Amino acid sequence: MSFPWARQYEPKTALTKFLDEKLPLPRLVYNAVGAGYPVPRNLSYFWNFGVLAGFFLVLQIVTGVILAMHYAANAQVAFASVEHIMRDVNWGWMLRYAHANGASFFFIVVYIHIFRGLFYSSYKAPREMIWLLGVTIFLLMMATAFMGYVLPWGQMSFWGAKVITGLFGAIPLVGEPIQVWLLGGFAPDNAALNRFFSLHYLLPFVIAGCVILHIWALHIPGSSNPTGIEVKSESDTVPFHPYYTAKDGFGLGIALLLYCALLFFAPNALGHPDNYIEANPLSTPAHIVPEWYFWPFYAILRAFTADFFFIPAKLLGVIAMFGSILLWFFLPWLDRSPVRSGHYRPTFRKFFWFGLIPTMIVLFWAGGAPAEEPYVMLSQIATAYYFLHFLVILPIISSIERPEPLPTSITAAVLGSDGAEKEVVKGEAAAPLAV
Amino acid sequence: MADSAATADNLVPRDTVSHPEGVRRRDFINVAAVSAAGVGGAAVLLPLISQMNPSRDVLAESSTELDVAAIQPGQAIKAVFRKQPLFVRRLTPAEIQQANATPASTLRDPQTLAERTKEGHNDVLVTMGVCTHLGCVPLGAAEGENKGEFGGYFCPCHGSHYDTAGRIRKGPAPTNLEVPDYEFTTDTTIVVG
Repeated sequence: MSFPWARQYEPKTALTKFLDEKLPLPRLVYNAVGAGYPVPRNLSYFWNFGVLAGFFLVLQIVTGVILAMHYAANAQVAFASVEHIMRDVNWGWMLRYAHANGASFFFIVVYIHIFRGLFYSSYKAPREMIWLLGVTIFLLMMATAFMGYVLPWGQMSFWGAKVITGLFGAIPLVGEPIQVWLLGGFAPDNAALNRFFSLHYLLPFVIAGCVILHIWALHIPGSSNPTGIEVKSESDTVPFHPYYTAKDGFGLGIALLLYCALLFFAPNALGHPDNYIEANPLSTPAHIVPEWYFWPFYAILRAFTADFFFIPAKLLGVIAMFGSILLWFFLPWLDRSPVRSGHYRPTFRKFFWFGLIPTMIVLFWAGGAPAEEPYVMLSQIATAYYFLHFLVILPIISSIERPEPLPTSITAAVLGSDGAEKEVVKGEAAAPLAV
Repeated sequence: MADSAATADNLVPRDTVSHPEGVRRRDFINVAAVSAAGVGGAAVLLPLISQMNPSRDVLAESSTELDVAAIQPGQAIKAVFRKQPLFVRRLTPAEIQQANATPASTLRDPQTLAERTKEGHNDVLVTMGVCTHLGCVPLGAAEGENKGEFGGYFCPCHGSHYDTAGRIRKGPAPTNLEVPDYEFTTDTTIVVG
C-alpha cells in the first residue's frame, strides 16, 4: 500500500542504481516486504501464518522437484520407486518425509490463516479480492494434495483416487462418462497415475501464481489488523522490515521446530499404514479415510444418507461437500456487518466460538472416524449447523447485532491514548515510546 | 504532523541506544539469529545436493566378477562394469612381445605392460572400454573389428589408436585406456571394483 508516508526506495550503490533503471526488482522487494511497506503496528502472531504458508509452499516445491528426480510415474514401478527413494537415494527418506509432513504443515498453517480471516472478517471490503484468491488457492491446494497422495500407488492412494473420482460419478447423466474421462479408464491405472503426476507437478506453480496475485491484492488496501479498524495515520503503522520480518522470522523458527519434531520423531504419525501396501484393485482397505486435512469435508460428504425427493443421497453429499467450500466465495456479501474484528462483535463472537468452532471440531473428528453411529448422526448435526451458520446466522447477526465501541485509532488501541496526542510526545522525544 | 527527524526516530527499533563503542545490545541477537539461520540453511542444502549422488542401488552394482578361463589367446570379451564396457583380453605371445618391444619413455602416457597387468597374469589385459578422449567405445574387442594401426584398439569417433597393451599411440586421446582396480581372486576369476 502506498500510504503517503511509506518510505521510498533509494538505490545507493552503482549496481542497485543500474538495476533500478533496468529491472527494479530490489524496489519491488523493498515495497512488498521491505521498509517501504507500512503495516499496522498491532498485528498479533495470527498474522504470521500468511508468510508461513508461503514458506511451506516453497518447501513443497523444492522437495517435490527433488522427489520427481527419483520417482517414476508408472503403475508398474511407482510403488517400488517410492521404496527406492526411502532406502537407496541419499537422504531420500528425509526428503520424502519432509514432503509428506510438509503438506500437513502447509494445511495446518493455511487452516489457521483461514481461521484468522474468519474471526477478524478479513474478507470484508476492501479486501474481498484477497479472500476470493485465498479460497481459490485453498481449492487448488486440495486438488494438488489429493493427486500427490495418489502417486505412491499404495492401497490408500489407489482407493482414494477411486473414491474421489467416484464423486464425479454422482453428477446426473454425464457423471459416469466424466469419471471414466478423468481416470482414462474404468479404474485408476497407469493413465490416471501419469496425469495425476503431471498435474501434481503443474498445480503448485499455479498456486504460486495465485499467491502472487493474493499478495498483490493485499498490498492495495494494506494488511488488516486485530482491531479491524483502518490505518489512519503514520503512527498506526511500522515498516514491514525490520518489524515484521523479525516477527515472522521468530514465528517461522517456532513453526520449523514443531515441523522438525514431527518430521524426525513421528514421520508416519499423520499417514496411514495401509499406504505401505502396494495398490491392489481387488481389495479395499477395511477403514478408508482421506488424509487428516480433508476430514471435515469428508464428514460432510458422508452426512447425507437418505435420498431427498428425486435427488439421490450420493449427489447431495457431493453437492454439500463442494458447496461447503464454495460458499466461502460469497462470505464477503453474506456477512454485512461494517465491523470487522470479532473482538468488537459480541453476538458474532458467541456463535463463532460456541457454534462454528465446535462444529468444525466435530466434523473433523467424525470425518476421520468409521462411517457408523454415532459419528454419522454427529456429522449430520454439524453439517446442518455449518450451513446454517454461514447462510442464515451470519447474515442475521450482521443486521441485528450492536457492536461494542471501536477504538478511535490503532495507536489508541495499542497505547491507550489517542494518536494525535502521541504525535506531540513523538515530536518531543522518541525515548518515551519505549513502553 | 511531527517533523520528519522525529518520525524517523520513531521508526528505529527500540533498545537501540548505541554504547560509546558503537555496539548495541540488539546487535548480539541480530548476529546470533542470522548466524543460526545461515548455518541451518547451509546444513539443509547438504541433503538437497547430496541426493543427486549415486544412490545405494547404483553403488551396489559397483563391482563385477568375471571368469577369464575361457578367453583364448588373441580373444577379448566385453563385460559391463558400472554400466560401462569393460574389455578383458588374453594377449598372444606375439602381442606381449610387441608391447614390451616399445620403450615406455617414447609414449604419450608412459607405462609398461607389466604395470598395466597383474604379476603372473601378464597375458590378461583388463581395461575400460571407454576411449579416454571423449568416452566412445573403441573397436577391437570383438572378432573382425578394426584393431587400429597398433593391433590393440581403435576408436572410430575421433581416430585414437591403442596398442596391444591398451596404450595410446596415435590420435587425440590424452591417456592410455584406464585399467580399473581389480584382483585375481582365483587363478581364473577376477573381481573388478
